[in-house]
Amino acid sequence: MSEKAQILSGAGSLGRLNGLLRKEFAQIARDPSSIAIAFLLPAMLLLIFGYGVSLDAKNVPLALVVEKPGAAAASFTASFMHSPYFRPRRFLTIEKAERAMAAREVEGIVWLRADFTRRLAAGGAPIGVIVNGVDANDARLIEGYLQQISAGWITARAEDRGMPAPMPIRVQPRVWFNPSLRSRNTLVPGLIAIIMTLSGALLTAMVIAREWERGTMEALMVTRVSIHEILLAKLIPYFTLGMGGMAASVAMAVWLFGVPLHGSLLLLAAASALFLLAALGMGLLISSFARNQFVAGQIAIIATFLPAFILSGFLFNIDSMPAPIQAITYLIAARYFVAILQTVFLAGDLWSVILPNMAALALMALLFLGAARLLARKRLD
Amino acid sequence: MSGATSEVPAILLDRVGKSFAAGGQSVAALEDFCARVAKGSVTGLIGPDGAGKTTLMRLIAGLLRLDRGRIEVLGIDVAKEPLRVQAAIGYMPQHFGLYEDLTVRENLDLYADLQGLAQADRPERYAELLHMTGLGPFGRRLAGRLSGGMKQKLGLACTLVRAPRLLLLDEPTVGVDPVSRRELWAIVDSLVRSEGMTVLLSTAYLDEAERCGAVLLMHQGRLIGQGAPADFTRPMAERSFRVTAPGVGKRRLQERLARIPGVLDALIQGSHVRIVSESVAAPSLAALGPGFETALISPSPARFEDGFVALLKKGGRTAPPESAPPLPQERSKRPPAPSRNLIVVDHVRRRFGSFYAVDDVSFTVEKGEVFGLLGANGAGKSTTFRMLCGLLPPSSGSLRVAGYDLRRAAAAARARIGYMAQKFSLYGDLSVNENLRFFASAYGLYGARRRARIAAARAEFELGPYARASSRDLPLGYKQRLALACALMHQPDILFLDEPTSGVDPLARREFWRRINALAESGVTILVTTHFMEEAEYCDRLVIMAHGRVLAEGASEDIKARFQSAERPEPTMEDAFVGLIERDERERVAA
Repeated sequence: MSEKAQILSGAGSLGRLNGLLRKEFAQIARDPSSIAIAFLLPAMLLLIFGYGVSLDAKNVPLALVVEKPGAAAASFTASFMHSPYFRPRRFLTIEKAERAMAAREVEGIVWLRADFTRRLAAGGAPIGVIVNGVDANDARLIEGYLQQISAGWITARAEDRGMPAPMPIRVQPRVWFNPSLRSRNTLVPGLIAIIMTLSGALLTAMVIAREWERGTMEALMVTRVSIHEILLAKLIPYFTLGMGGMAASVAMAVWLFGVPLHGSLLLLAAASALFLLAALGMGLLISSFARNQFVAGQIAIIATFLPAFILSGFLFNIDSMPAPIQAITYLIAARYFVAILQTVFLAGDLWSVILPNMAALALMALLFLGAARLLARKRLD
Repeated sequence: MSGATSEVPAILLDRVGKSFAAGGQSVAALEDFCARVAKGSVTGLIGPDGAGKTTLMRLIAGLLRLDRGRIEVLGIDVAKEPLRVQAAIGYMPQHFGLYEDLTVRENLDLYADLQGLAQADRPERYAELLHMTGLGPFGRRLAGRLSGGMKQKLGLACTLVRAPRLLLLDEPTVGVDPVSRRELWAIVDSLVRSEGMTVLLSTAYLDEAERCGAVLLMHQGRLIGQGAPADFTRPMAERSFRVTAPGVGKRRLQERLARIPGVLDALIQGSHVRIVSESVAAPSLAALGPGFETALISPSPARFEDGFVALLKKGGRTAPPESAPPLPQERSKRPPAPSRNLIVVDHVRRRFGSFYAVDDVSFTVEKGEVFGLLGANGAGKSTTFRMLCGLLPPSSGSLRVAGYDLRRAAAAARARIGYMAQKFSLYGDLSVNENLRFFASAYGLYGARRRARIAAARAEFELGPYARASSRDLPLGYKQRLALACALMHQPDILFLDEPTSGVDPLARREFWRRINALAESGVTILVTTHFMEEAEYCDRLVIMAHGRVLAEGASEDIKARFQSAERPEPTMEDAFVGLIERDERERVAA
């Protein structure tokens, strides 16, 4: 029995874990692939999505058709010239403008007919507005901007003439937490959650699949090492690496994208740690059935990255999803992390939002790590 | 734990059974396997690929769940206490997991940590292991930068960090150069002798059986024989002969010998044919008939393989029909074009980064020759092959196949070449028929000609019964036939075979070579790579390659003759190979 006692003794276990950890860190230092996943991949995705994905419409090419120039028409079109939202181009006839829109050279048309000045004086001049509806979201934005600009012009013109503005009410909007309404401010924190989902799952799934591929896992299995030790020896190094990647992403968000960080760093770190455990747990779970790197990578992308992208509320509002799909989003760890990140970055340490989401993250981490432990066997079949 | 009595075997296998699910049905990998492995000896687990050797090793190591029966290792039930078994044994899987980006020393450290070897004991044990494996000077080298043989030795050192009582080695010598192979065996022998270790070693090389204390002979998941190696060769004593017939082609002689009654086995060995008789009496050469009057017969010592072949032919093996294609009569004896060199490799080098995989290789192959490239894994055989197929351009030098320069007319050259890749590149999901149809269209055959060629291939290779089976589920021997049928679809006059018979059983290998010989007789030029010393004997001429260079070129008996000495009057191909490598190493040290 002394043999058994020795196998299970803590000292031997610590020695084995130490050996495995030393090996793992030496491999990380020599094989750049895990460093690439932890640092390069998040940086690249942040750059691509951070600069590429924007929900603001800016510099939209717009056709201005003025059939008969006049003072009123000139002052109307001038208000478009100075708008940051539009890049107007003049067309002489509506036909030419329509052709340009069909060719997607412009996204909208503003059409002042020949009788614009005359009917304006009469008290009701129609302005033709055509918006390209191929991209419904953009179309709605453009429509809104157009209305805003024309309303502004009408008010200014009325004030110039000392007349009361023809508007019964005035809305005075105030936007909280993101006063400049930069979509980047909400997108970038959400993106960090999505990116960390992918890099966390990839880190563990890929390195374990690599051990299967190279036959090192089979050799490990026949030593005294226990399954706990193998899992811990993967979790600890890649947790460290993942936190490094997270820190780099936050740094990029703040200094490169200029996203304000109102909450505390400590809280951010704690939430990230919980989330990373869940993501690494997903990777471990994947590795228990994917035994080559290609399959592991595919599964990590399809099973973690894509659902997080679509269902975490980072891009699409969860409240406007149908109920069954809303129910599914509760299973997506990124959902809770997106909520925490957006709150910590833009609002600050808002405990009523953060605490329930942290609790959910802790539960997810427990769930995935527990499942990974249950499925991991010291056997090949 | 000192109470273990000597009666307890190191391994007890009691009606062991294991099945795997494959394509919706359960396939038995091991059936009713009973055996005992005695302590303090080397036991060889011998059998062709797919016999179930690795499955058995993994079951013994507690890595697979047992379906039926019981396994006891050192008196411990594996199914109940796998951890205790794993703590007591050392196991080296076939592809031993060395961490290639760790150094030799770091790999040892890792396994010392995992095996719980105390820090104080390490210097002494490391010194011992490094001395034994000859890895001493390479402590700081990355494992990934070691040669194949050195990697195997490092793998062995890692499993031995804490001397186990039982050592399981799964095909440790496959693809390793003969020098390293001998060194590995020397290490294993010394472990058994000086440390009293028990070793179970699996191998597909039949010539290794004779180095074992006891042998378990496996075939298709069953134990078909066990005992000392001599038990297998003894019944074959005085039943082996060598036959020569001056003035008659060796292939015609072999083909004829295989057909006379009383001959169990006939195999080309260099310039002569080695036969095994069904009884102690030598078969009468008169049965050879006219044209073979010059034939001479002399006795030859029995080998382990003879015993295996006899067992397979006797036992209820699902025998491939004994109907080798009849050799074409002398009809195709075209006038021997004066030195028609069909393949010319001239000072070819191929560099990958700073490493020359092929370094100044030259040889020529004449029409109708069977030419071999013999070498260990990593010797440069496959790179040479790829360049000859026009798949890889040489860094310098020139290659000509059938008169075409591969730099300029690779496609034209390829049309003349049939290529059978290692591990047979077939489409596993397609049926035999579909594979044949696909390769026929890939070679540009269509219409009546395509139908005729497919029908001919099906008949010639007797694939009819399997026509609708998906090629993944074919027995290894039939896969090999199908691959050959596909390679010959466009009737090429040059055939490239890359490791064609590694791991197939001896009967399937004989059958395959009968077909190859028939092709050679009909004028097809054949280039074959192999790491089997045995297979080199079937070639007319060969080159021996190591480290990307040619060490020797010529007929096998000429190469062997160079290493004849008083104590070795009949050197084997392996003796010659080892001699060549040693001489090459001396020259390199001197230079």
